[in-house]
Amino acid sequence: MWQVMVEVMPKKGILNPEGSVIQEALLSLGYKGVSHLKVGKTMKFYLEGSSQGQVEEQVQKMCKQLLANPVIEDYTYTILAEGDKG
Amino acid sequence: MRCAVIRFLGSNCDADCYHVTKRVFHHPTHYLWYEEERDLDDYHLIIIPGGFSYGDYLRTGAIARFAPIMEQVRSFSEKGGLVLGICNGFQILTEMGLLPGALKINRGLRFICKYVYLSVENNKSPVTRSFKVGEVLQMPIAHGEGNYYIDEGGLLELEEEGRILFRYCDEEGEVTQDSNPNGSVGNIAGICNRGRNVFGMMPHPERCAEALLGNGSMDGGGIFNSLQEEVEEINARTKEMGEGRTHKE
Repeated sequence: MWQVMVEVMPKKGILNPEGSVIQEALLSLGYKGVSHLKVGKTMKFYLEGSSQGQVEEQVQKMCKQLLANPVIEDYTYTILAEGDKG
Repeated sequence: MRCAVIRFLGSNCDADCYHVTKRVFHHPTHYLWYEEERDLDDYHLIIIPGGFSYGDYLRTGAIARFAPIMEQVRSFSEKGGLVLGICNGFQILTEMGLLPGALKINRGLRFICKYVYLSVENNKSPVTRSFKVGEVLQMPIAHGEGNYYIDEGGLLELEEEGRILFRYCDEEGEVTQDSNPNGSVGNIAGICNRGRNVFGMMPHPERCAEALLGNGSMDGGGIFNSLQEEVEEINARTKEMGEGRTHKE
Protein backbone atom coordinates (compact mmCIF):
# COMPACT_ATOMS: atom_id res chain seq x y z
CA MET A 1 0.00 0.00 0.00
CA TRP A 2 1.38 3.38 -1.04
CA GLN A 3 0.28 6.86 -0.08
CA VAL A 4 -0.21 9.13 -3.07
CA MET A 5 -0.57 12.91 -3.08
CA VAL A 6 -1.51 14.53 -6.37
CA GLU A 7 -1.36 18.30 -6.76
CA VAL A 8 -3.16 19.90 -9.69
CA MET A 9 -2.44 23.56 -10.44
CA PRO A 10 -3.54 26.00 -13.15
CA LYS A 11 -0.94 26.14 -15.92
CA LYS A 12 1.42 29.06 -16.17
CA GLY A 13 -0.24 31.99 -17.92
CA ILE A 14 -3.78 30.75 -17.24
CA LEU A 15 -5.78 33.31 -15.31
CA ASN A 16 -7.00 31.89 -12.03
CA PRO A 17 -9.94 33.98 -10.77
CA GLU A 18 -10.02 32.31 -7.30
CA GLY A 19 -6.33 33.02 -6.85
CA SER A 20 -6.69 36.67 -7.83
CA VAL A 21 -9.51 37.22 -5.34
CA ILE A 22 -7.61 35.59 -2.47
CA GLN A 23 -4.50 37.57 -3.34
CA GLU A 24 -6.51 40.80 -3.28
CA ALA A 25 -7.93 39.83 0.11
CA LEU A 26 -4.45 39.21 1.54
CA LEU A 27 -3.17 42.52 0.17
CA SER A 28 -6.15 44.37 1.60
CA LEU A 29 -5.47 42.79 5.01
CA GLY A 30 -2.06 44.44 4.87
CA TYR A 31 0.11 41.47 3.81
CA LYS A 32 2.53 43.21 1.46
CA GLY A 33 4.36 41.64 -1.45
CA VAL A 34 1.93 38.78 -2.14
CA SER A 35 1.90 37.87 -5.82
CA HIS A 36 1.12 35.07 -8.29
CA LEU A 37 -1.37 33.42 -5.94
CA LYS A 38 -3.04 30.43 -7.55
CA VAL A 39 -5.62 28.00 -6.23
CA GLY A 40 -5.29 24.35 -7.19
CA LYS A 41 -6.37 20.99 -5.83
CA THR A 42 -4.68 18.37 -3.71
CA MET A 43 -5.86 14.79 -3.74
CA LYS A 44 -4.64 12.17 -1.29
CA PHE A 45 -5.28 8.47 -1.61
CA TYR A 46 -3.82 5.02 -1.05
CA LEU A 47 -2.97 2.68 -3.86
CA GLU A 48 -2.02 -0.97 -3.88
CA GLY A 49 1.00 -1.91 -5.94
CA SER A 50 3.99 -4.20 -5.96
CA SER A 51 6.63 -1.52 -6.53
CA GLN A 52 7.03 2.24 -6.55
CA GLY A 53 7.55 2.15 -10.32
CA GLN A 54 4.33 0.29 -10.92
CA VAL A 55 2.40 2.68 -8.64
CA GLU A 56 3.94 5.68 -10.38
CA GLU A 57 2.88 4.39 -13.77
CA GLN A 58 -0.71 4.05 -12.50
CA VAL A 59 -0.69 7.53 -10.96
CA GLN A 60 0.58 9.13 -14.17
CA LYS A 61 -2.17 7.41 -16.11
CA MET A 62 -4.79 8.62 -13.61
CA CYS A 63 -3.54 12.20 -13.88
CA LYS A 64 -3.60 12.20 -17.65
CA GLN A 65 -6.96 10.47 -17.98
CA LEU A 66 -8.97 12.16 -15.24
CA LEU A 67 -7.33 14.08 -12.42
CA ALA A 68 -5.95 16.98 -14.46
CA ASN A 69 -7.16 18.67 -17.64
CA PRO A 70 -4.00 19.19 -19.73
CA VAL A 71 -5.56 22.19 -21.52
CA ILE A 72 -5.51 24.31 -18.37
CA GLU A 73 -3.76 22.35 -15.60
CA ASP A 74 -0.41 20.84 -14.65
CA TYR A 75 0.04 18.08 -12.11
CA THR A 76 2.72 16.85 -9.77
CA TYR A 77 2.60 13.91 -7.37
CA THR A 78 4.46 12.31 -4.52
CA ILE A 79 4.35 8.64 -3.63
CA LEU A 80 5.29 7.46 -0.16
CA ALA A 81 5.52 3.98 1.29
CA GLU A 82 2.58 3.24 3.58
CA GLY A 83 1.84 5.91 6.16
CA ASP A 84 -1.01 6.55 8.57
CA LYS A 85 -4.33 6.42 6.83
CA GLY A 86 -6.51 9.38 7.51
CA MET B 1 -35.61 14.84 -37.23
CA ARG B 2 -35.16 12.08 -34.67
CA CYS B 3 -33.68 13.50 -31.47
CA ALA B 4 -32.32 12.11 -28.23
CA VAL B 5 -31.58 13.91 -24.99
CA ILE B 6 -29.01 12.36 -22.69
CA ARG B 7 -29.71 12.28 -18.97
CA PHE B 8 -26.96 12.07 -16.39
CA LEU B 9 -27.34 12.06 -12.65
CA GLY B 10 -27.45 15.81 -12.09
CA SER B 11 -28.76 16.90 -15.50
CA ASN B 12 -31.40 19.58 -14.99
CA CYS B 13 -32.13 20.97 -18.47
CA ASP B 14 -33.00 17.58 -19.97
CA ALA B 15 -36.76 18.09 -19.64
CA ASP B 16 -36.51 21.57 -21.20
CA CYS B 17 -34.64 20.22 -24.23
CA TYR B 18 -37.06 17.31 -24.57
CA HIS B 19 -40.01 19.70 -24.33
CA VAL B 20 -38.65 21.92 -27.10
CA THR B 21 -37.77 19.22 -29.62
CA LYS B 22 -40.82 17.06 -28.87
CA ARG B 23 -43.63 19.50 -28.11
CA VAL B 24 -42.56 22.80 -29.64
CA PHE B 25 -40.95 21.43 -32.81
CA HIS B 26 -42.83 18.10 -32.94
CA HIS B 27 -39.80 15.91 -33.56
CA PRO B 28 -39.75 12.33 -32.28
CA THR B 29 -37.57 12.60 -29.17
CA HIS B 30 -36.28 10.07 -26.64
CA TYR B 31 -34.42 10.33 -23.40
CA LEU B 32 -31.23 8.30 -23.20
CA TRP B 33 -29.94 7.20 -19.80
CA TYR B 34 -26.20 7.71 -19.29
CA GLU B 35 -25.60 4.01 -18.66
CA GLU B 36 -26.97 2.90 -22.03
CA GLU B 37 -24.51 1.32 -24.41
CA ARG B 38 -26.59 0.92 -27.57
CA ASP B 39 -25.55 2.66 -30.75
CA LEU B 40 -27.20 5.94 -31.71
CA ASP B 41 -27.46 5.46 -35.45
CA ASP B 42 -31.25 5.81 -35.31
CA TYR B 43 -30.95 9.48 -34.39
CA HIS B 44 -30.14 12.63 -36.30
CA LEU B 45 -29.45 14.81 -33.27
CA ILE B 46 -28.07 14.04 -29.82
CA ILE B 47 -28.47 16.79 -27.22
CA ILE B 48 -26.26 16.86 -24.15
CA PRO B 49 -28.22 19.11 -21.82
CA GLY B 50 -27.21 21.49 -19.07
CA GLY B 51 -27.00 20.68 -15.41
CA PHE B 52 -24.49 19.55 -12.84
CA SER B 53 -23.57 16.05 -13.94
CA TYR B 54 -21.79 14.21 -11.12
CA GLY B 55 -22.15 17.30 -8.96
CA ASP B 56 -19.54 19.12 -11.06
CA TYR B 57 -16.96 17.37 -8.85
CA LEU B 58 -13.30 17.53 -9.88
CA ARG B 59 -14.09 19.69 -12.96
CA THR B 60 -17.37 20.31 -14.76
CA GLY B 61 -17.97 17.46 -17.19
CA ALA B 62 -14.81 15.59 -16.15
CA ILE B 63 -16.58 12.48 -14.87
CA ALA B 64 -19.63 12.49 -17.15
CA ARG B 65 -17.38 12.09 -20.16
CA PHE B 66 -16.60 8.54 -19.03
CA ALA B 67 -20.26 7.48 -18.86
CA PRO B 68 -20.97 4.51 -21.18
CA ILE B 69 -23.31 6.55 -23.40
CA MET B 70 -20.53 9.02 -24.19
CA GLU B 71 -18.50 6.41 -26.04
CA GLN B 72 -21.57 5.96 -28.23
CA VAL B 73 -21.79 9.72 -28.68
CA ARG B 74 -18.15 9.75 -29.74
CA SER B 75 -18.64 7.13 -32.45
CA PHE B 76 -21.92 8.79 -33.52
CA SER B 77 -20.04 12.06 -33.96
CA GLU B 78 -17.21 10.37 -35.84
CA LYS B 79 -19.79 9.15 -38.37
CA GLY B 80 -20.96 12.75 -38.83
CA GLY B 81 -23.97 12.67 -36.48
CA LEU B 82 -25.11 16.01 -35.07
CA VAL B 83 -24.26 16.59 -31.40
CA LEU B 84 -25.33 19.71 -29.52
CA GLY B 85 -23.88 20.34 -26.05
CA ILE B 86 -25.56 23.10 -24.09
CA CYS B 87 -23.88 24.53 -20.97
CA ASN B 88 -22.81 21.42 -19.00
CA GLY B 89 -23.07 19.60 -22.35
CA PHE B 90 -20.46 21.99 -23.78
CA GLN B 91 -18.23 21.36 -20.74
CA ILE B 92 -18.51 17.59 -21.23
CA LEU B 93 -17.64 17.86 -24.95
CA THR B 94 -14.48 19.86 -24.20
CA GLU B 95 -13.45 17.39 -21.49
CA MET B 96 -13.88 14.58 -24.03
CA GLY B 97 -11.76 16.43 -26.56
CA LEU B 98 -14.60 16.50 -29.11
CA LEU B 99 -14.36 20.28 -28.89
CA PRO B 100 -11.15 22.20 -28.17
CA GLY B 101 -10.45 24.37 -25.12
CA ALA B 102 -11.83 24.26 -21.60
CA LEU B 103 -14.44 26.05 -19.48
CA LYS B 104 -13.11 27.62 -16.32
CA ILE B 105 -14.79 29.30 -13.39
CA ASN B 106 -16.32 32.68 -14.32
CA ARG B 107 -14.00 35.67 -14.10
CA GLY B 108 -16.16 37.22 -11.36
CA LEU B 109 -16.42 33.88 -9.49
CA ARG B 110 -20.20 34.12 -9.35
CA PHE B 111 -22.85 31.96 -10.91
CA ILE B 112 -24.47 34.16 -13.57
CA CYS B 113 -28.11 33.73 -14.55
CA LYS B 114 -29.27 36.43 -16.95
CA TYR B 115 -30.08 37.29 -20.55
CA VAL B 116 -27.13 38.15 -22.77
CA TYR B 117 -26.73 39.31 -26.35
CA LEU B 118 -24.97 37.08 -28.84
CA SER B 119 -23.57 37.96 -32.20
CA VAL B 120 -23.81 35.28 -34.89
CA GLU B 121 -20.23 35.01 -36.14
CA ASN B 122 -20.66 32.30 -38.72
CA ASN B 123 -23.76 30.82 -40.33
CA LYS B 124 -22.12 28.00 -42.25
CA SER B 125 -23.00 25.39 -39.66
CA PRO B 126 -26.01 23.17 -39.02
CA VAL B 127 -26.90 25.15 -35.86
CA THR B 128 -26.57 28.66 -37.30
CA ARG B 129 -27.68 28.24 -40.92
CA SER B 130 -31.02 29.97 -40.40
CA PHE B 131 -29.35 33.10 -38.96
CA LYS B 132 -27.59 35.98 -40.70
CA VAL B 133 -23.95 36.73 -39.92
CA GLY B 134 -23.87 39.66 -37.51
CA GLU B 135 -27.43 39.03 -36.35
CA VAL B 136 -27.84 39.86 -32.66
CA LEU B 137 -29.64 37.24 -30.59
CA GLN B 138 -30.86 37.28 -27.03
CA MET B 139 -30.53 34.15 -24.92
CA PRO B 140 -30.21 33.34 -21.24
CA ILE B 141 -27.03 32.02 -19.64
CA ALA B 142 -26.94 30.20 -16.31
CA HIS B 143 -23.51 28.99 -15.31
CA GLY B 144 -20.65 29.22 -12.85
CA GLU B 145 -18.04 27.79 -15.22
CA GLY B 146 -18.51 29.36 -18.62
CA ASN B 147 -15.19 31.15 -18.95
CA TYR B 148 -13.97 29.66 -22.22
CA TYR B 149 -10.23 29.22 -22.49
CA ILE B 150 -8.16 28.22 -25.48
CA ASP B 151 -4.50 28.97 -26.15
CA GLU B 152 -3.47 31.49 -28.82
CA GLY B 153 -2.76 28.89 -31.47
CA GLY B 154 -6.09 27.22 -30.86
CA LEU B 155 -7.93 30.54 -31.04
CA LEU B 156 -6.29 31.40 -34.33
CA GLU B 157 -7.32 28.03 -35.71
CA LEU B 158 -10.95 28.52 -34.59
CA GLU B 159 -11.00 31.95 -36.19
CA GLU B 160 -9.39 30.89 -39.46
CA GLU B 161 -11.67 27.91 -39.83
CA GLY B 162 -14.82 29.91 -39.01
CA ARG B 163 -15.61 27.70 -36.04
CA ILE B 164 -16.60 30.44 -33.62
CA LEU B 165 -20.37 30.48 -33.97
CA PHE B 166 -21.39 32.96 -31.26
CA ARG B 167 -19.68 35.73 -29.31
CA TYR B 168 -21.08 37.71 -26.39
CA CYS B 169 -21.84 41.25 -27.52
CA ASP B 170 -23.82 44.35 -26.59
CA GLU B 171 -27.29 45.23 -27.82
CA GLU B 172 -25.83 46.75 -31.00
CA GLY B 173 -23.79 43.67 -31.78
CA GLU B 174 -20.45 45.16 -30.71
CA VAL B 175 -18.17 42.56 -29.15
CA THR B 176 -16.87 44.48 -26.12
CA GLN B 177 -15.20 43.60 -22.83
CA ASP B 178 -18.23 44.97 -20.97
CA SER B 179 -20.51 42.55 -22.77
CA ASN B 180 -18.34 39.56 -21.85
CA PRO B 181 -20.15 38.07 -18.85
CA ASN B 182 -17.64 35.45 -17.75
CA GLY B 183 -14.18 36.32 -19.09
CA SER B 184 -14.24 33.99 -22.11
CA VAL B 185 -11.32 34.33 -24.52
CA GLY B 186 -12.51 36.39 -27.51
CA ASN B 187 -16.01 36.66 -25.95
CA ILE B 188 -16.61 33.13 -27.24
CA ALA B 189 -20.05 31.74 -26.38
CA GLY B 190 -20.30 28.86 -28.87
CA ILE B 191 -18.06 26.87 -31.21
CA CYS B 192 -18.07 23.81 -33.44
CA ASN B 193 -15.59 21.08 -34.28
CA ARG B 194 -13.66 20.86 -37.53
CA GLY B 195 -16.24 18.51 -39.04
CA ARG B 196 -18.95 21.09 -38.20
CA ASN B 197 -21.22 18.45 -36.67
CA VAL B 198 -20.39 18.85 -32.95
CA PHE B 199 -21.49 22.09 -31.27
CA GLY B 200 -21.00 23.55 -27.84
CA MET B 201 -22.59 26.68 -26.43
CA MET B 202 -23.01 28.12 -22.94
CA PRO B 203 -26.30 30.02 -23.62
CA HIS B 204 -29.54 28.06 -23.38
CA PRO B 205 -31.53 28.05 -26.65
CA GLU B 206 -34.04 25.62 -25.12
CA ARG B 207 -35.09 28.32 -22.65
CA CYS B 208 -36.13 30.79 -25.35
CA ALA B 209 -37.65 28.77 -28.15
CA GLU B 210 -41.36 29.51 -27.72
CA ALA B 211 -43.55 32.55 -27.10
CA LEU B 212 -44.75 31.46 -23.67
CA LEU B 213 -41.25 31.39 -22.21
CA GLY B 214 -38.12 33.25 -23.20
CA ASN B 215 -38.84 36.67 -21.73
CA GLY B 216 -39.76 38.05 -25.14
CA SER B 217 -36.99 36.25 -27.04
CA MET B 218 -37.61 33.24 -29.27
CA ASP B 219 -34.10 33.31 -30.70
CA GLY B 220 -33.27 29.87 -29.34
CA GLY B 221 -35.82 28.49 -31.77
CA GLY B 222 -33.48 29.49 -34.60
CA ILE B 223 -30.98 26.85 -33.43
CA PHE B 224 -33.61 24.12 -33.68
CA ASN B 225 -34.89 25.49 -37.00
CA SER B 226 -31.36 25.39 -38.36
CA LEU B 227 -30.87 21.80 -37.25
CA GLN B 228 -34.20 20.82 -38.78
CA GLU B 229 -33.28 22.43 -42.11
CA GLU B 230 -29.97 20.58 -42.06
CA VAL B 231 -31.56 17.22 -41.37
CA GLU B 232 -34.23 17.76 -44.03
CA GLU B 233 -31.48 18.54 -46.51
CA ILE B 234 -29.51 15.43 -45.53
CA ASN B 235 -32.65 13.29 -45.80
CA ALA B 236 -33.48 14.69 -49.23
CA ARG B 237 -29.92 14.02 -50.39
CA THR B 238 -29.95 10.47 -49.02
CA LYS B 239 -33.29 9.79 -50.70
CA GLU B 240 -31.98 11.09 -54.01
CA MET B 241 -28.92 8.90 -53.74
CA GLY B 242 -31.12 5.92 -52.89
CA GLU B 243 -33.33 6.56 -55.90
CA GLY B 244 -30.28 6.97 -58.10
CA ARG B 245 -29.06 3.56 -57.02
CA THR B 246 -32.44 1.95 -57.73
CA HIS B 247 -32.47 3.36 -61.25
CA LYS B 248 -29.04 1.98 -61.98
CA GLU B 249 -30.04 -1.44 -60.79
